[in-house]
This record gives sequence, C-alpha cells and structure tokens, in this order.
Amino acid sequence: MVMADSFQFELVSPERLLLSGSVTSVVIPASEGEMTVMANHAPTMTTINPGIVTVTFVDGKTDRYVVFGGFADILPSGCTLLAESAVHVDEISRDDIVKRIDVARGELEAALNDEHRAGIERYIAQLGTVQGTILPA
Amino acid sequence: MPSLKDLKNRIASVKATQKITKAMKMVAAAKLRRAQEAAEAARPYSQRMSAVLANIAQAVGQDDSAPRLMTGTGKDDVHLLVVCTAERGLCGGFNSQIARLARDHTRKLLANGKTVKIICVGKKGFDILRREYASLIIDRVDLREVKKIGFANADEVGRKVIALFDKGEFDVCTLFYSEFKSVIAQIPTAQQLIPASAEGPVEQSDAIYDYEPDAAAILGDLIPRNISVQIFRALLENVAGEMGAKMSAMDNATRNAGEMINKLTLNYNRQRQAQITKELIEIISGAEAL
Repeated sequence: MVMADSFQFELVSPERLLLSGSVTSVVIPASEGEMTVMANHAPTMTTINPGIVTVTFVDGKTDRYVVFGGFADILPSGCTLLAESAVHVDEISRDDIVKRIDVARGELEAALNDEHRAGIERYIAQLGTVQGTILPA
Repeated sequence: MPSLKDLKNRIASVKATQKITKAMKMVAAAKLRRAQEAAEAARPYSQRMSAVLANIAQAVGQDDSAPRLMTGTGKDDVHLLVVCTAERGLCGGFNSQIARLARDHTRKLLANGKTVKIICVGKKGFDILRREYASLIIDRVDLREVKKIGFANADEVGRKVIALFDKGEFDVCTLFYSEFKSVIAQIPTAQQLIPASAEGPVEQSDAIYDYEPDAAAILGDLIPRNISVQIFRALLENVAGEMGAKMSAMDNATRNAGEMINKLTLNYNRQRQAQITKELIEIISGAEAL
C-alpha cells in the first residue's frame, strides 16, 4: 500500500480544540457539496453545512465528528475547521439534534424575511439528514 | 467595656465568618482553575478566527461589497455599550471597576451629544448602572442560572446586538469587560465590536484562495460569528477575572478575620486575667482584715 501524504488537520469549536493531528484525508460537508481534502490541496475557504466530518489518520484509522455549521480554511500544508459546534459521533444523542431542530423551528417563526427563512429551512433539512445518517430510527 | 461572655460570643462569630470566607476562597480557587482552562481552550478558535478574518477581509477589501457590520454605518451618533459583569458580588472591586469604565465612557459620549444605549450582561453591572442611567438601559441578559458559560450564551447576546444593528438602532458598538491578566490583576477593557476595528499586525499570506461560495458571502457569515466569539471570549475572561478577584477578596477577608480573632483573644485573656487578679485581691484583703 502506498502511504498517502499527510497534513495537519485541526478541528476547533469555540469552546475547545477537539482534534489536532496528522491525517491523510478529511471529508468536509462544504456548502457546495461534500469535499475530500488531502495533502497539497489548493488554498480554499469554504463555509460548511451541518453534517459529518470523516477524518482518516495516518495509521489508517478513521474518526467521525458531527459539526453544526462553521467554515474551513484549507491550505496546502494543513486544514483548519472552525465549527460553530462540534461533537464526536459517539457522544451525540438523538435528543441533542432534536433540540437543535426545535430551536431552529422557533427561529423560523421570528424570521425577518424570506431569505432568512429559506436559510433556516435549509438548515433544518440538513439537520434532518444528519439525524437520519447517524441515528437510524 | 464588653463582658467576658460578650467577647467570647464575638470571637465565636468572627471564627464562623472566617470559616465561611476560607471556604469561599477555596471554592473560588477551584472555579478559577476551571475558568482559566475554559479560557485557554477557547483561545485557538478565536485566534484562527482572527487570522482567517484578516485574510478574507484583505481579499474583499473595503469596497461596497464589504458587509456593513464591518464598515459600520458611516456615522457615530448612537452608541451601544455591552457591559459584561459578574452575576454575584463579594469579589472586591471587580464589578465596580467595569461599571466605572462604562460610566465614564457614557458620560463622555453624552457630553459630546451622542445617544447612548446600554445592554447589561450580568446582574451586578445592571445594579450599578441602573442608579444613574436607568433610562439608557435597553436590555439585560441574565446568566445567573448558567453554571458554565457556553458559546450558546454568547451567541444569544451576539444575535441581539446584530438584530439591533440590522434595525438601525445604533452605529457603534463597544464591549466592556475585564481582561484577566492574573489572579490579582484584572483590567477593565473597552473593545469596539462594530465597526470591527482592525487590530494587530495582519500576517500577509500569499496564498490565493478559492472561495466557496464567494468571499463576500463567507465574510457575511463570518463577521456575525466573530462578534459572538468576541463576546464569548469577554465572558470567559470575566469569569476567570471574577474568580480571581473573589479569591483575593476572600483571602483578605480571611486574613482580616484572623487578625480580629487575635486581637479579641488577647482582649479576652487580659480581661480574664484582670478578673482573676481582682478576685485574688478580694480574698487576700479579706484574709488580712481578719
């Protein structure tokens, strides 16, 4: 097996640094669709949707985190993911997502304009997808 | 002259107080450690955030596409002050220092004919500012029930500020909090949030970024988030500062109580001795009279 090049990946939420280490690839739920970041990626900055980040470490192990929005700063030498909120996939509970959906629904009623409303609706739909993916009923 | 019994009671009561202040000091020390850890853990995010922001702001430049949150409204008639203080007292001059800074600022702005609006985060600042500027306080955020300040709490304040800005309620927003320098030094600080003040040396990166969706959209998304992050950082610094101040205040109180106990005990012993001497004299002079 050919070892892929590794690069530095950091996952940070406002509360703490969740992960910092050498990885070979990271799958990010970018706003324009999922993208896989590998070493020597072109410099890119993108917002991210609620979704799942899959990290492949140098030793081949993978780990998954659920992120709720944020953005990623990608450079050839490394990638920093600034999540608004991030939780390890094992630690997330169904209630947590349901609560977030409820909060977003509440905001929907207070939305100022159509654009805002559409944004929130999209957010709710994405949360629904996340819920379906990681926590099958 | 207090009687022996009075003195005894007094000593007992001071001792009880000392026990309480000692316990409070220890609690504050434990909480301080946790608060410091939280502040430390939050640092990477805000650092990365400022780096990214500086980068992208440079790309977008100061043209018309830059969001108004960054450029401001172009006026500075109405000022919004977000004053963050602690929820509880018994921490020395911590709250009053922040409130004093905010008050001085308000006074200066009012003297210049500006309009001032105040949002109080934390009960103590509200209590102090209410005396003078009750009519200027438009909102208050209570974090009394919050055990550990999370990003959600800061985000709530941030959203309020942004909603007000979108409605055109103010032109300039300044955040007041106390910077945690060390356990004994907390520095009340005023920081301008809107329009975002360019701070620190911008590290130039030569990388030409691809933006998804596009730079302006990302910037529009980033800046509100950055405001929440700044508020979050201020709140965390405040918690650490509050605990530091409380710790040294309680340490002083404990030492003070110790001194008081010593003085009272000395007094008590002297009086007891005096009484014994008096009794002895009575017995001796009684015996001599025989």
